[in-house]
Amino acid sequence: MLLSVEDLHVHFPLGRGQVVRAVDGVSFGIGRGETLGLVGESGCGKSTTGRAILRLVPATRGRVMFDGRDVFALGTGELRALRRRMQIVFQDPFASLSPRLSVGQIVSEPLEIHGVGGAPRERDEKVAALLDSVGLPREASRRFPHEFSGGQRQRIGIARALALDPDLILLDEPVSALDISVRAQVVNLLQDLQERRGIAYLFVGHDLSLIRHVAHRVAVMYLGRIVEIAPAHALYADPRHPYTRSLLLAVPVPDPARRRERAPLEGDPPSPIDIPSGCRFRTRCPHAQEICAREDPPLVPVLGADGQVRPEHLSACHFANSLPVWNNATNPEGPQPAVPSR
Amino acid sequence: MAEPLLEIENLTVAFPTGRREMARVVDGVSLTLNRGETLGVVGESGSGKSMTALSILRLVPEPGRIVQGTITLEGRDLLALPEKAMRPVRGGKIAMIFQDPMTSLNPVFTVGEQIAEAVRIHRGLRGAGAQAEAVEALRRVHIALPERRARQYPHELSGGMRQRVMIAMALACRPDVLLADEPTTALDVTVQAQILALIGELRRDTGMAVLLITHDLGVVAETCERVVVLYAGQVMEQADATTLFSRPAHPYTQGLLASLPEAVPEDAKRLPFIPGQPPSAAQAPTGCPFRPRCPRAMPGVCEKPLPTVTLAPGHVVRCHLYPPPPAPTNGGARMDAGNVPSGTVPAGTPIRGGGGGL
Ligand SMILES: Nc1ncnc2c1ncn2[C@@H]1O[C@H](COP(=O)(O)OP(=O)(O)OP(=O)(O)O)[C@@H](O)[C@H]1O
Ligand SMILES: Nc1ncnc2c1ncn2[C@@H]1O[C@H](COP(=O)(O)OP(=O)(O)OP(=O)(O)O)[C@@H](O)[C@H]1O
Ligand SMILES: [Mg+2]
Ligand SMILES: [Mg+2]
Repeated sequence: MLLSVEDLHVHFPLGRGQVVRAVDGVSFGIGRGETLGLVGESGCGKSTTGRAILRLVPATRGRVMFDGRDVFALGTGELRALRRRMQIVFQDPFASLSPRLSVGQIVSEPLEIHGVGGAPRERDEKVAALLDSVGLPREASRRFPHEFSGGQRQRIGIARALALDPDLILLDEPVSALDISVRAQVVNLLQDLQERRGIAYLFVGHDLSLIRHVAHRVAVMYLGRIVEIAPAHALYADPRHPYTRSLLLAVPVPDPARRRERAPLEGDPPSPIDIPSGCRFRTRCPHAQEICAREDPPLVPVLGADGQVRPEHLSACHFANSLPVWNNATNPEGPQPAVPSR
Repeated sequence: MAEPLLEIENLTVAFPTGRREMARVVDGVSLTLNRGETLGVVGESGSGKSMTALSILRLVPEPGRIVQGTITLEGRDLLALPEKAMRPVRGGKIAMIFQDPMTSLNPVFTVGEQIAEAVRIHRGLRGAGAQAEAVEALRRVHIALPERRARQYPHELSGGMRQRVMIAMALACRPDVLLADEPTTALDVTVQAQILALIGELRRDTGMAVLLITHDLGVVAETCERVVVLYAGQVMEQADATTLFSRPAHPYTQGLLASLPEAVPEDAKRLPFIPGQPPSAAQAPTGCPFRPRCPRAMPGVCEKPLPTVTLAPGHVVRCHLYPPPPAPTNGGARMDAGNVPSGTVPAGTPIRGGGGGL
């Protein structure tokens, strides 16, 4: 494992004894050259998880190992070296680019900070190549962030993250502001780089079709915890947590002829200030039983249809092995591609 | 049903480029938004979608300028109003959900204060009434413990919550027109469904019209009656949603639909895309702006000014593949359904794959 996160907690005090349990016991690993998709409800702690891994917010508890080193135990110098190998693309492309620096400066800043990239001429070439790889013209380097559209800024952030040839990039909704064609180009680029240089990605996103395409494994988060994690094909073909199922059922289909009332999840998400007892999904779960209020289900391997343990597929549901079979009837979108009929 | 509420005619927005020319980032856009309808606006990143919406509120950032066009709301040309008369329109009659929640929320006020302030200005509610309305607005966008959340600052919320605060603020003022610029990008699909349902309800109950800018074609398919496709600041195609998805006529629209991850076989190693880059607005090519990337470009033809052709009632395309019918056309580049005489040109055979890099 290149990165391993063990029992990570991030709590924000709110005063008067209240705390936001933003991340509340998260564990996962990412191998070299692997993409882990991270999906989940708005506010469930995805961004905070990423920020804590990079020590941009302090963790309350838990451990993060990167390439065999304990990230939380590193001194400032070592932390700097670490940040060269582990980059982040922030969720908000507007707020995360310094408005006073030109795009060229923004992209080359990491090269300068870490004293790599060579002579100014060489550096300019590198910046131009990086911009080109994310589909921006080289003239862009003389302009300032506010002169770009949302999707263009998002690509500037990606170019900056790629500058140092990192081993791991935490991509926080990296392509949400891009049209699908540019999105495809950027995603293909990320995949090419992964193949050539073995970069690993933690890919946070809401587009489940895209995640299915890019991720080797997918983790589903709900209210500060991972509730299911599995190889991508297994998660989509045989989801074993009711929350994962409701997510898959809520995907909008790009075909007006198949327009349907999406069945949004019943009820509202509880707040991380006030997490329910037992299973945290039970207040909205169609399968909840009395045990669910009493016992917090651990994240454990599920059993396959053959009764064998699936060590790669974990679910935190008391009924992971007895949920109704997931098929195209319950999931009208099933595996068939939702191609617009022509 | 088709009662025009907001009409944009021949809108052009330009930025100085440092040299003598201006970059036309919105270039002769015309569109109509009817009462109670949702009009989708899709298109390449940087194609002028946000600038079009910002123009309606006259919020084009400096040094950009609206250099041409009219924008009519219920018969009044907004571009001709004195600045003072614009203020009740902004956020009142026309509300906008901005693409960038973080820069449009004020970091030094709590989100509750900010919504209450908007309600105060546009609905005349005061004190506790405005506060209560702010909490209610947060509840409607499905934020848990809204009383508690109202007392937090924007940076203490997640990306999707900030986006919902913006939505709450826009809807709390009960606008006639909602300009929603990528309103659900930061939301997971279940919350997204709730928010779209909420907007749909208001649309039905109050006749609110929605201009929905989005890259999510699933959301377009689900919510929009009609769709406008922008490329390099120009309207390339306009149709009702069913037609656009089933019989896209413009090669750009076809390429866009072919890039959908849903349309790609599961074992495909790479996603298809439209090769090449859009022209920079300062050096727009003559004729069709899509021609350098178009798999069906016809040398010697596509350099000419684009024709505007009605393929079927309400389905209008601007592309040389569809020669205009010989019948007298009404000249201008108007893209309105109903205003252009019905042509006789059949939609071309859609291409697949957009020539993408599979
Ligand atoms: N201040 C500015 N100076 C110069 N050009 C600008 C400025 N602001 C925006 N532009 C240009 O205007 C064009 C249109 O921008 P706009 O924000 O409308 O795009 P968009 O269609 O909303 O794209 P996205 O989907 O990425 O948000 C872009 O090419 C952008 O580079
Ligand atoms: N600085 C902070 N102070 C207080 N609470 C915070 C802070 N940062 C995050 N939170 C809280 O932590 C929780 C998780 O936030 P986070 O941004 O990690 O969510 P997310 O999963 O990334 O959501 P989204 O998909 O909406 O971006 C939220 O309830 C949020 O309000
Ligand atoms: Mg986030
Ligand atoms: Mg935009």
